[in-house]
Amino acid sequence: MKPTIRKATQHVNQNEGLIFEKSSPGKAAWKLPLLDVPEVDTAKLLGSSERKDLGNMPEVSEIEIIRHFTRLSTWNYAIDLGMYPLGSCTMKYNPRVNEVVSRLDGLANGHPYQPEKVSQGALRILQTLSECLIEITGMDAITLQPAAGAHGELTGLLMVRAYHESKGAPRKKILIPDSAHGTNPATAAMVGYAVENLKSNASGMVDVAALASQMNEEVAALMLTNPNTLGVFEQEIHKIADIMHAKGGLLYMDGANMNALVGKVRPGDFGVDLMHLNLHKTFSTPHGGGGPGSGPVAIKKILEPFLPTPVVITRPDGTLGFEFNRPQSVGRVRAFYGNFGMFVRALAYTLANGPDGLRQTTEDAVLNANYIRKGLEGVYDLPYSTPTMHEVVFSDKVQAKKGVKTMDIAKRLIDYGFHPYTTAFPLIVPGALMIEPTESEPKEELDLFIDAMKSIAEEVEEDPQMVLAAPHTTRVSRLDETAAARKPVLRWKPALATKGA
Amino acid sequence: MRYLPKSPADREAMLKAIGARSIDDLFAPIPAEYRLNRDLKVPRQMAESEIVDWFRERSRETADGYVNFLGAGAYYHYRPVIIDSLISRGEFLTAYTPYQAEISQGTLQSIFEFQSMICELTGMEVANASMYDGSTAAAEAAMMACRVTGRSAVAVARSVHPEYREVLATYAHHQGMPLVTVPFNENARLDLNRLEKSITPDTACVLIQSPNFFGTIEDVVAVADIAHKHGALLVVSIAEAVSLGIVEPPRQADIIAMEAQSFGVPLGFGGPYCGVIATREQYVRQMPGRLVGQTTDRNGKRGFVLTLATREQHIRREKATSNICTNQALIALMANIFMTIYGKVGLRELAKQNLAKAAYAAQQFGKHAKVLFSGAPRFNEFVVQTSKDPYAINARLLEHKIVGGLPLKKFYPELGNAALWCCTEMTTRAAIDTAAGLVAKGERSVKPTKETAVVQEVVR
Repeated sequence: MKPTIRKATQHVNQNEGLIFEKSSPGKAAWKLPLLDVPEVDTAKLLGSSERKDLGNMPEVSEIEIIRHFTRLSTWNYAIDLGMYPLGSCTMKYNPRVNEVVSRLDGLANGHPYQPEKVSQGALRILQTLSECLIEITGMDAITLQPAAGAHGELTGLLMVRAYHESKGAPRKKILIPDSAHGTNPATAAMVGYAVENLKSNASGMVDVAALASQMNEEVAALMLTNPNTLGVFEQEIHKIADIMHAKGGLLYMDGANMNALVGKVRPGDFGVDLMHLNLHKTFSTPHGGGGPGSGPVAIKKILEPFLPTPVVITRPDGTLGFEFNRPQSVGRVRAFYGNFGMFVRALAYTLANGPDGLRQTTEDAVLNANYIRKGLEGVYDLPYSTPTMHEVVFSDKVQAKKGVKTMDIAKRLIDYGFHPYTTAFPLIVPGALMIEPTESEPKEELDLFIDAMKSIAEEVEEDPQMVLAAPHTTRVSRLDETAAARKPVLRWKPALATKGA
Repeated sequence: MRYLPKSPADREAMLKAIGARSIDDLFAPIPAEYRLNRDLKVPRQMAESEIVDWFRERSRETADGYVNFLGAGAYYHYRPVIIDSLISRGEFLTAYTPYQAEISQGTLQSIFEFQSMICELTGMEVANASMYDGSTAAAEAAMMACRVTGRSAVAVARSVHPEYREVLATYAHHQGMPLVTVPFNENARLDLNRLEKSITPDTACVLIQSPNFFGTIEDVVAVADIAHKHGALLVVSIAEAVSLGIVEPPRQADIIAMEAQSFGVPLGFGGPYCGVIATREQYVRQMPGRLVGQTTDRNGKRGFVLTLATREQHIRREKATSNICTNQALIALMANIFMTIYGKVGLRELAKQNLAKAAYAAQQFGKHAKVLFSGAPRFNEFVVQTSKDPYAINARLLEHKIVGGLPLKKFYPELGNAALWCCTEMTTRAAIDTAAGLVAKGERSVKPTKETAVVQEVVR
């Protein structure tokens, strides 16, 4: 069978070796300005601390560097090329004005230690973004310092611990639903808490009765993702919050899925005590191949004394400044003030949207997910029929009968011109296909995606071997991950140099 | 809204296909009492031109166009223009973490090159794909040392960046990781006698920074000997990466926790920057963060994948080496391109210029004020002690559009009226002369200081 692949066509792309393989002595891509101070005798200044040789560092020209990285870039998939349906990753459009404003000289070249007097513009950005995020989450205060979502979780749980310590004892456990991201339990462990698993009920939601029986004075907090990783809103959220609060516990919300809520409902209004946001998900800052992120933590008043230092304040004369003297603070979680460049971008995104744009964004994200669900229902198994918010989770139950698993379907999707969805997560769905389209996809792209997924389902019936061998159109296919882990080659060495790809 | 690719008719058609009457049907799972029935109180929707104007205003409210003598963990180096041309390509900028290797080879190969160059420069055997920044990398390196040794305490030099030490204290607090701070001597180097006394059988590692917070290069060999003699690891933090061009790397270290901001990353009010951890091969399985490895595909072709993921949170959950997930990939790409541009020869020449500028500046400042810690080699930073309050001096410099050195009172009150100055290849002789002249002007108007008393305080 010859499938109709409408989104993608094979075309020639360039081969390129490692940069070290292009290096030869005497080539250069740099030129320093004329030295306007006396030259120094390095041996005299540094003595035995002087470095004599830089090993195998490359020597190449500028055009070679441009071609090298441009060629490499063409081997990547990207949002700019098409839909990136990774569940819980919120791969939305990264507006280009964000990039422009973050590079304005006064912002890009600002030193973190320059006097407050000449940092007012930067402080104003911190303050304005903080106010927007506090309003969007319905919370009372915020820290922008954490560098990513997991770092936000760490900061949040440090505050949870400090809060309980101020009441007498830090408590011992954190409750985490079985559908949670891996960062949640890893974070709890870093803050010295034991992790207790919380089972989901038949609808994929928190089992409220189980929560009531597991909640006691040893539990410091519940870490809840809402909507959860099935894309399901926790409808009994008020009961969940009440159960936690009745026994003195706190409700922490993992804000990874905030793209389903902005402008429609505020976590602060449904009982959440603290939460982190992912500016690189909900607020459009680019993922950049894995970072940088930014993970602000918004909190209720009761946690304010424990915020990391420093905190932005308005001084009596109306200027902005940093407050360092906070005796109950959990301390500092990062040098300086956080990933400032991401604050600029997130604020530019918020200003571009305004209240109406933010609400429409959320509505479109939820509309897109439901449209995909409708399009693929009956073709792929839907383990939970609970209403879908911003993402939908299918399983490979039907296809597995032919020996084709979620990862195989994902690899075949690459041939159709799409990035795969999230595979094998959440853990409560065996063989999960987790799909989050975000608001950035037009109807045409969604239709192409649905067609591709249907076509693959047919291929599984007719020619499962072909799907198992996918992808067929990429530069490399099915890389040997076992060999990579068994005998790790983690750096280039002259002896290891093989013939260029 | 201009980022949203749907017409009203599209939305209607999609709702119809779903079988919903209105968009509200899709939000029915949210209990009615919690739904927000008003506009968010955020600024109104702005045109692109208005957004640019708003941020231009903010940019003008900063030290835009000022000469800057600040370092202290954030360094102003020239950024070759091709860095931004290349990282602005959508295929790098808007790609996700390279879990799907077949369509992420660009990111994966570039990370592999980054890891390789970090190894070349640090003298270590393996390096990870990045950490958040130098401060969190140092804290994670200390935790890694605890896992490797099965011990729990950390001896940290007082000459490590004060904010790195604060972060370490935050992380250590709930890890059951006792911290002991080791003072520096009259040369600003780690006091080796005090180090000997500070190490116990429970000391997992000694954490130093080199060049340290004062710009002084530590005697890494001597520190390593003491740490290793007691079965502890040596962790070295490097905050000024350009120093690696001319300063011998701490090859005796067991773990290096780096900040790569100097490699082509804008100052940007403190972030995003690029932490990295490098170590010996034997410790790789205790390392936090992502790693890229070389392998072959089913046709025997060379390719790259994320590897040794069983250390990480998405596999190991609460038993992972760290909770880190998102790192600083795009910033690591900046550093990667920077290292490629300067390479084997350029990086050395660049570092030499930094050395020359700082040496000249220290000489100029030394004519009328006291330059501390001249007994040991330093890179591009130096400490100037004045009789006048450095805050007052800086206020005066600011009138001349010069941002002076960092007053150290907040972090090191024992140093009195001291400030940490930094010069890079970007600092002109004219700027140095002007700044040194303005500092001297203040000094001539007051009586000489009691220098010896201050030095004794330092040694204390």
